[in-house]
Amino acid sequence: MKTIKNFIIGLLACLSIGSVQAAADGIEWDKFPKERITDMAALQHGAKLFVNYCLNCHQAAFMRYNRMRDIGLTEEQIKANMVFTGAKVGDTMMVAMAAKDAKAWFGGQPPDLTVIARSRSAAGKGSGADYIYTYLRTYYRDETKATGWNNLAFPGVGMPHVLWELQGQQRAVFVDEKDPHDPAKLVHKFKNFEPLTAGILAPADYNLAVADLVAFLQWMGEPVQSDRVRLGVWVMLFLAVFTVIAWRLNASFWKDIK
Amino acid sequence: MAEFKEAPAGAPVPEQLMTWVDNRFPASKLFKEHMSEYYAPKNFNFWYFFGALAMLVLVIQIVTGIFLVMHYKPDAALAFASVEYIMRDVPWGWLVRYMHSTGASAFFIVVYLHMWRSMMYGSYRKPRELIWIFGCAIFLALMAEAFMGYLLPWGQMSYWGAQVIINLFAAIPFIGPDLSLLIRGDFVVGDATLNRFFAFHVIAVPLVLLGLVVAHIIALHEVGSNNPDGIEIKARRDPKTGHPIDGIPFHPYYSVHDILGVSVFLMLFSAVIFFAPEMGGYFLEYNNFIPADSLTTPLHIAPVWYFTPYYSMLRAVTDPMINVFAVIVALATVLAVLKGGLAGVWKVAVLVGGLGLIVALKAFDAKFWGVVVMGMSVLVLFPLPWLDRSPVKSIRYKPSWNKWLYGAFVINFFVLGYLGIKPPSDIGTLVSQVGTIFYFGFFLLMPWWSRLGEFKPVPDRVTFQPH
Repeated sequence: MKTIKNFIIGLLACLSIGSVQAAADGIEWDKFPKERITDMAALQHGAKLFVNYCLNCHQAAFMRYNRMRDIGLTEEQIKANMVFTGAKVGDTMMVAMAAKDAKAWFGGQPPDLTVIARSRSAAGKGSGADYIYTYLRTYYRDETKATGWNNLAFPGVGMPHVLWELQGQQRAVFVDEKDPHDPAKLVHKFKNFEPLTAGILAPADYNLAVADLVAFLQWMGEPVQSDRVRLGVWVMLFLAVFTVIAWRLNASFWKDIK
Repeated sequence: MAEFKEAPAGAPVPEQLMTWVDNRFPASKLFKEHMSEYYAPKNFNFWYFFGALAMLVLVIQIVTGIFLVMHYKPDAALAFASVEYIMRDVPWGWLVRYMHSTGASAFFIVVYLHMWRSMMYGSYRKPRELIWIFGCAIFLALMAEAFMGYLLPWGQMSYWGAQVIINLFAAIPFIGPDLSLLIRGDFVVGDATLNRFFAFHVIAVPLVLLGLVVAHIIALHEVGSNNPDGIEIKARRDPKTGHPIDGIPFHPYYSVHDILGVSVFLMLFSAVIFFAPEMGGYFLEYNNFIPADSLTTPLHIAPVWYFTPYYSMLRAVTDPMINVFAVIVALATVLAVLKGGLAGVWKVAVLVGGLGLIVALKAFDAKFWGVVVMGMSVLVLFPLPWLDRSPVKSIRYKPSWNKWLYGAFVINFFVLGYLGIKPPSDIGTLVSQVGTIFYFGFFLLMPWWSRLGEFKPVPDRVTFQPH
């Protein structure tokens, strides 16, 4: 019995070491306010930010403009306010930047954003929406970088801070602390941000704007997600009733078996 | 030829129709043999749902697969986009795709539980050896099917997972590099690989799979089902009818029973599809939402969860582990020569074989032996009917400590699976090395340990409480 107990304790120790390691790389992610994913006004605001700020360099090659009817826009509204290229309303969201130019300007082609929120989830850290919500709020001035910007959630990021006018500029304060596990080592640890210049939006409003943009990205990753959950409830209800019927049917046959 | 029958004059049309068919095709005969007069033990428990459920999942995979193929493009330039097209623009495409992706994991879950049932109740023992062997072959085909299917969405994990696994074949001495080239059809995983994997995934392997499933069921219905007590119900028959006393017709008793099982299964299956189709990154890996990129290697490449126990065993084979293997082979050889009771010629043969194996272990790369260990971890299942020498079939009548041993086997399998998902670490490698030795020890030492201990008396009749 004692050996089994020790074995289980050993296993648990392995598990906790694994999770500590997972938390050690990169910063903790903030929680994206999930309720905005079903808020049509928030999604529409996010869509507006997306086509204005993101869709100049990033494309969403699998996303059709007119899919935005699902977030309460009419085809006319989409045509008038969302399509800035010559694209038709049934086309997917492409950008004209050539891959060669992208390489020269940013060091690589900006990733397609259609399913970006789905791809950035990480077990034990949070959802892709959490990551992007953190990432778009942790840009800071860093003159050692070519773009003049760096990011806490994505150190060495190639993209400059596109939303800087909204957020304003900030710098990051780092402190050198003793490693709690190894006093001989110093860890370069992030302490806090200090604002340099104010943005158009107040900090709380900036957080809300980013939340709306992330809500749009999350929705775009799987436009059917809300319908899927709604339909799922009906499917589960049907199966629950069917299970009761199957259970009683089974019992009525099996009562003969002695 | 069977006698030509006539429906009685004035018989209802359905009866006349069935008589007409039965004179030309044994429809009623087949239904009786496999359903209404197939006598199954009446004491089946929870574990006996999973055979029928595996069939259900197979049908789900085939039907959803047909619809996916209508819209999927097996082309490296178009594959990723066509999957997103299915998810967005094809009516109900998202549902069909999630059913297929969840079905893949569900298939492994039900098949693992089905195999575990067989191990607990000794269902592989005489006279059911061939059922077990067909089943193991099904499992092997299923692994191939899943591996090739996983390449098709052409995401980063598809691409690099395939790259890693195909490169393993390159570790085989002499033929390895050519063999991996043959599998890929190119020097890197590319369009040629995608096309051949598509062909295997949608035609070749499913045909093999279906054939094996038919063979599995024909063999089962020839000898009859085992049961949780591991008793042959055919040994006791009703003198009047000739049917087994503890047997009941599969239809209607087990058909309604399976409907209940199917219903509960569909609830769990639907819960995943509708509320958590990615299943926390285990059923659909997050990295696979990034299109395949041959220039960007992901930081951490792990196979999908159902392969990770074997992947763990592969990674466990490091150079120190080779030395452990060599010592184990040496000890086994000495033991076989001294205590094996072999004739002189055989002693020499064992000695030469053992020495040869030790030389080979040290001569070839640890990576190659890792591949061998991974292959053996599945192949070791095949001879199970002959490894088990226990006088009883069911765990119910085996010595009590067997339950601990079987429990440890399951925990070990889970631990290996967990470690296979994680990036390699020192302690993880050590645990998986111990786990690998335990896994193989469980099977290879079975001829010895399965005979040990105090066996409980096996009853004459099955244990059954009326519902």
